[in-house]
Amino acid sequence: MKTITLQIDGEEVGAKPGMTVLEAAREAGIDIPTLCDHDEIKPYGVCRICSVEVERKGKSRVVVSCGFPVEQGLVVKTRSPRIDRIRKVILELVAPTTTLDGQAAGDIKRIAGEYGADVHRFESRFRTKPTRCILCGRCVRYCDEVMGESAIGFVGRGVDRRVVFFPEKARVCITCQGCFNLCPTGKIASETDFVVFDGFSVEDCLPGER
Amino acid sequence: MSRKRISSPEELEALGSRVLSRREPDRPVITVCTGTACQAYGSLEVYRRFVDEVKRQGLQGAVVEAKATGCHGFCEQGPVVVIFPQEICYVKVKPEDAPEIVSATVKGRQVIERLLYEDPVTGRRIAKASDIPFYHHQVRVVFGDNQYIDPKEIDDYIALGGYSALSKALSRMTPELVLEEIKRSRLRGRGGGGFPTGVKWETTRSASRGSKYVVVNCDEGDPGAYMDRSIMEGNPHAVLEGLIIGAYAIGADEGIVYVRQEYPIAYENTMLAIEHAQEYGLLGKDILGLGFNFHVVAHRGAGAFVSGESTALMSAIEGKVGEPRMKYIHTAVSGIKGRPTCLNNVETWANVPVIINRGAEWFSSIGTEGSKGSKIFSLVGKVNNTGLVEVPMGMTLRKLIYDIGGGIPKEKRFKAVQTGGPSGGVIPEQYLDTPIDFEELNKLGSMMGSGGMVVMDEDTCMVDTARYFVGFCCEESCGQCIPCREGLRTLREILTDICEGRGEEGDIEAIQDIASVMEDASLCALGSTAANPVLTTLKYFKDEYEAHIKEKRCPAHACKALTAYYIDPVKCSACMICANNCPTEAIHGEKNMVHWIEREKCIKCNTCFEVCPPRFSAVMRISGEPLPPPPAPGTRVVREKKR
Repeated sequence: MKTITLQIDGEEVGAKPGMTVLEAAREAGIDIPTLCDHDEIKPYGVCRICSVEVERKGKSRVVVSCGFPVEQGLVVKTRSPRIDRIRKVILELVAPTTTLDGQAAGDIKRIAGEYGADVHRFESRFRTKPTRCILCGRCVRYCDEVMGESAIGFVGRGVDRRVVFFPEKARVCITCQGCFNLCPTGKIASETDFVVFDGFSVEDCLPGER
Repeated sequence: MSRKRISSPEELEALGSRVLSRREPDRPVITVCTGTACQAYGSLEVYRRFVDEVKRQGLQGAVVEAKATGCHGFCEQGPVVVIFPQEICYVKVKPEDAPEIVSATVKGRQVIERLLYEDPVTGRRIAKASDIPFYHHQVRVVFGDNQYIDPKEIDDYIALGGYSALSKALSRMTPELVLEEIKRSRLRGRGGGGFPTGVKWETTRSASRGSKYVVVNCDEGDPGAYMDRSIMEGNPHAVLEGLIIGAYAIGADEGIVYVRQEYPIAYENTMLAIEHAQEYGLLGKDILGLGFNFHVVAHRGAGAFVSGESTALMSAIEGKVGEPRMKYIHTAVSGIKGRPTCLNNVETWANVPVIINRGAEWFSSIGTEGSKGSKIFSLVGKVNNTGLVEVPMGMTLRKLIYDIGGGIPKEKRFKAVQTGGPSGGVIPEQYLDTPIDFEELNKLGSMMGSGGMVVMDEDTCMVDTARYFVGFCCEESCGQCIPCREGLRTLREILTDICEGRGEEGDIEAIQDIASVMEDASLCALGSTAANPVLTTLKYFKDEYEAHIKEKRCPAHACKALTAYYIDPVKCSACMICANNCPTEAIHGEKNMVHWIEREKCIKCNTCFEVCPPRFSAVMRISGEPLPPPPAPGTRVVREKKR
């Protein structure tokens, strides 16, 4: 039963309590781009691409739609000069970490086109080898939340952050491979070599610059 | 020493009187600051020498007491020793001074001139601590008791009226009245955000029934800031008392003191304070026999700057990685383990007993319209009197830096002051008369923050400053969200390029683009404020950025890649001082021969510039223009003939 009414891009939209703005928008057929969100796992709110403007009591602020709960009378704008600039710059910033042969792929390429992002803008300032991973954490969250395994996880902080398989746990991966399809950049499927699962080191499992 | 449980407010009062009656008011007490900075200067050894000396001269026991206290704040002059009751302050005391101090000052009541602080302006030596300008202009509401208290001794705190606010709150005030008092005092959070403390308490109080948490955030980590450390180390019971009062007002039954890993003394003193308070029945079940139950544990952080962010800190307490999470539902409603959690900074909690004892009216009579009470700052950088200072809100930056801080060393020119740590910004000279106030500092693009105050002089490059703070945040970012992680990485690279002469047209626009997106779209406050040092330096010192980018020139001569050293052949007197001090033997010259610097060997350490006698000033720093060729071999010094 839908008991909450909010306004998204000028349209009256019904939603259930506890839903996020992103869920309400999707049900109403309004597209909000995302990179880290996925149906099978909980919202994480780190790519910030799904940022929208919400207005409450005449005050406008930027929130991420994947985590912000719907409320009665909320006014949401999914596009505005401010939001478009956020999405454009985020794509420009993340593109150099993930480009293949200098070319963006998949969702990044599609969204970049839509928001006029120059995926090469900060390339010359990106001075390590691109890891291709955008650290969206879909694999990590899927393994934890859906499989209950935590065979893959984050290590490191800040720009050193990266995703690794944990050797003691990664045996289950040989049969699971659930994260392969969730990875938005295709890195896991194409770079994981199962031969290494016997006694591999953490570093060489998912090759990445640290 | 065994501590008998105190089971009523009357017993607490009686204990206070008993402790006081054992201490004659005229009895000499030698207090030695053993705060972190003084310890680094060797104050523990000074303290031990005093203990031995008091014994050796037969004064131990009831006659004279030597006491190791927490930080007095005057860190520049450490180790600091104050002798009561006369309040004679000795600075830069060495262990070997102890015998003389005990015999001359303590026994003979004579002041030892050479150990007194000398005012650099008047040249006058000052005996009494409170007459020293550094202390004189301060209002020490929270920090003042540090110099009287041995932080390991709960009786010291009780003798000064400690826990009387708790007794008052529990016996004579309802939780609602306590909350009302804090709201009326208009105390605001001292950790950075400046959120009204009473409102925060009320949100947690009315969140839901069931158990709640109150938390002390002692994860202070801003570069150059150590206020919270000094309170937690020097007066842990003040924080604990504030926490218990807060728990009573909020209806919390569990408290956690989160102390960062790098503060071992703070952790140790917190643990001791909790233990002693429990023994006295000031913590635990049926506190002071008044029916209130409250338990506190200390939690040692695992070392991450970002853990100071409230959601990250709570994750860390839960045993997870200390990373921030989305907080569209406030932690005041759903914090640790989903329970309502009220988190305040060390200094905020330490203000609570004072407010309860002296009243909201008294507290709110100090300060400005929007910012009440006092604030502790750690005054560091290019300022004469570095240390911890507590001033009333509303004092101007100028008064703080010049009257208390004693101005800029070596007669250099003030350039800017950085407030609010890596989340704050720089404030240039034209705003020195700005009163210290949450809103006023925000208006300038900086912030109050937790109280870091880094003074910079003419030799500091503003682009390099921005690069430093961005580099700091880049290392400390948790790396979860793209705007913060990749924004900081890219900003760091752009700023490094600019400092090293690789700046390009369009860099300033790129910086502004990234900074605004970080501000708008980061997951937590670390990311959304991390660009402030860049934005404020750009706002007030754009000319410096442009000089670096367009002319490859560093106006402050601080960026090594853009600065070269040169000895003016006309001014050089061939004194050999620079050559003898050059660590890489890059300076060639001999008696009567003009010196010159071999560029390939020079590491630009600035030593030659500093040691060249001012009467010659022959060493020059050149930036943005070609370096003149070295003098021809065998060029002799031209000396003016003496008359």
